[in-house]
Amino acid sequence: MRHLTRQVFNSGKFVVGFSIFVGILLIVIIYPILFPYPPLEIIGQGNFFPPGLYVNVYDSIFTSHYILNLDDATANRIASKLDSEDRLAIQKWLTASGFPESEIDIENTAQLLDQWTNNFDPTKRFPGMTNADRNYFIRLNNSLKGLLSTEGAIIAVENPETASLEEAGVVAQNDYIVVNEVPNVRLLPLGTDNFGRDVLTELVAATKVSLIIGFVAGSIATLIGLILGLLSGYIGGQVDDVIMFFTNLLTVIPSFVLLILISFSIGQEQRGAFTIAVVIGLTSWVWTTRAVRSQVISLRNRDHVNLSKLSGHSISYIIIADILPYIASYVVMALILQISSAILAEAGLSILGLGPRTTEVATLGLMLNWALIYQAPILGYWWAFYPVIIVIALIAFSLNLMNTGLDQVFNPALRE
Amino acid sequence: MADERKLCLSGTGITKVFGIGRNKTTAVNHVDFNFYEGEIISIVGESGSGKTTLAKMLLGLINPTEGEIYFQGVKRDISSHRKKKEYWKNIQAIFQDPFSSYNIFRKIDSVLLDCIHMRGGRGLPYDQKVELMTEACRFVNLKFDELTNKYPFELSGGQQQRLMIARIFLLKPQILLADEPTSMIDACSRATILDMLMQLRDEIGMTPIFITHDIGLAYYVSDTVYIMEKGEFVEKGSADEVILHPKEPYTRRLISDVPKIYEEWDLSTV
Ligand SMILES: Nc1ncnc2c1ncn2[C@@H]1O[C@H](COP(=O)(O)OP(=O)(O)O)[C@@H](O)[C@H]1O
Ligand SMILES: [Mg+2]
Repeated sequence: MRHLTRQVFNSGKFVVGFSIFVGILLIVIIYPILFPYPPLEIIGQGNFFPPGLYVNVYDSIFTSHYILNLDDATANRIASKLDSEDRLAIQKWLTASGFPESEIDIENTAQLLDQWTNNFDPTKRFPGMTNADRNYFIRLNNSLKGLLSTEGAIIAVENPETASLEEAGVVAQNDYIVVNEVPNVRLLPLGTDNFGRDVLTELVAATKVSLIIGFVAGSIATLIGLILGLLSGYIGGQVDDVIMFFTNLLTVIPSFVLLILISFSIGQEQRGAFTIAVVIGLTSWVWTTRAVRSQVISLRNRDHVNLSKLSGHSISYIIIADILPYIASYVVMALILQISSAILAEAGLSILGLGPRTTEVATLGLMLNWALIYQAPILGYWWAFYPVIIVIALIAFSLNLMNTGLDQVFNPALRE
Repeated sequence: MADERKLCLSGTGITKVFGIGRNKTTAVNHVDFNFYEGEIISIVGESGSGKTTLAKMLLGLINPTEGEIYFQGVKRDISSHRKKKEYWKNIQAIFQDPFSSYNIFRKIDSVLLDCIHMRGGRGLPYDQKVELMTEACRFVNLKFDELTNKYPFELSGGQQQRLMIARIFLLKPQILLADEPTSMIDACSRATILDMLMQLRDEIGMTPIFITHDIGLAYYVSDTVYIMEKGEFVEKGSADEVILHPKEPYTRRLISDVPKIYEEWDLSTV
């Protein structure tokens, strides 16, 4: 046994798969302890806030301001407002007005603005310039003027008695706050989703639920497959005929279609995460049964089984002591694959809107479903679905890698 | 003379057909035999002639397609697990390949303990069981205290086959089917194993049935020889009769494969 464990952990593929999987498990366990946010709490008003560090503006105004005179502050501020379309427009105007093209660098914001403010003349017209173009340049010029202003912003509060505004402070352009001093700061590393939930917290919770679904469904499928395969393979005869009849029936109907039909017929109300796990488990035992059966058939006429019979052991003892240990490694591998495919099945079902009902828990599939419904992929809100896809892929990848590693250990013909 | 001896195992029209349709193989084809108590029997045939299949039917591990097997003159009934267990108290086997004969997850003591339990010794105090196992191991030249907590696969092929004989020593069956017990082990161990089996026969009075492809071995050990070709017994009789005066060309061919048949026996080549 110790020897076997060592062999398993000598397999590079297994170790890589195992490390990834354990890493995911650790994150799922430790993250909620470190950040005990309710995973489905709606914190954002609006949907798909981008990832980042959210600093409370109100608090920032009233925490101590520090003046830092940094050269590039203005340029950075303008650069962040000046998009590439505006830059190309500036370049176009300047070249049209005879400015040497080689001196224009649209990446250099400060120089570009300098050239613009020194040369722009709203009355100038070039051949081919429409009125719309001209208005666009004028608008651009006005917005840049605002950007170039060096005035601070005045903070005003409303006096409740007179209903007039009174100055409460001025925020200068070179005022800084220290983020640590702001009482309300929230890091949203993956932004928010369509409901305004923190995607990372939700993702961790969803991973946990999906892993549980995978484990429950995988265990159910493996257990059913194992028992039916053992009975069918060892006892044979009519027992085998009956079991193989149902197995063949289920093989002909693709299990995913069956899954969709059952899920659909259960109805939205009854579809908890656990129900879905059970349904997935009940529809995916077929190939485990077949695999176990064929293994058992090849084992049942072996001499060690004959010797056990000659020693007076009962059928149940022989199945448990002489057959099961020989296929145990195989069953572990089947379980790993079943877990991985159950997680994928849940994701597939949920994307179709047939997954667990939505209010109580998130699953990886449901997160994808929500992202799809709210068109996150089209609108470019990558943080709402890419991390989910990566987690699903990592789980499936790590489990399959573990499986391949085990296969190499247990099946010497595959060793390199 | 035949009537004076007690029948221990006999069969009429024993047939085994594997597969169906075009894949049909008749492994054993209508064989009849009478094995008497006390004689040493050999079944000789080349590989694939159906010897192992016949042995498994005699052991009750597979059912004959046709034919009846009689144990001590009475039609054998192994329809339930209880009856099978009773039957297996009387008939035991040693298989060809020791390396696949043991469950690799079970230790040597548990293999031997099974035999004590089979003989109704389940309730014995543990030291008495140890004593029995030690005695059995001593009989086959193994040291029991060195074997506890070991697995059968940690032994050499010859040692494993000797452990098999220790099993038989504990079980004391009336019939022993030895299916090529020496064909997978080294030449030096062969004579030892055969000697132990013959010694065990004298000790517990069992009827051994040797199954072999080696007609020289059959001549060396047995009283009665059955020659098997393609699932049928083509020749049977006393060892001298069959081997020194073969009637069938198949028997002659088997004999010609063994070069030293008319020379003095050298144990190490057996
Ligand atoms: N379980 C089985 N299924 C199908 N064919 C078998 C089976 N066991 C043995 N046979 C066939 O029966 C024939 C006799 O085999 P066997 O009894 O093992 O011969 P031997 O022991 O004399 O070498 C062979 O042709 C073999 O292929
Ligand atoms: Mg054989």
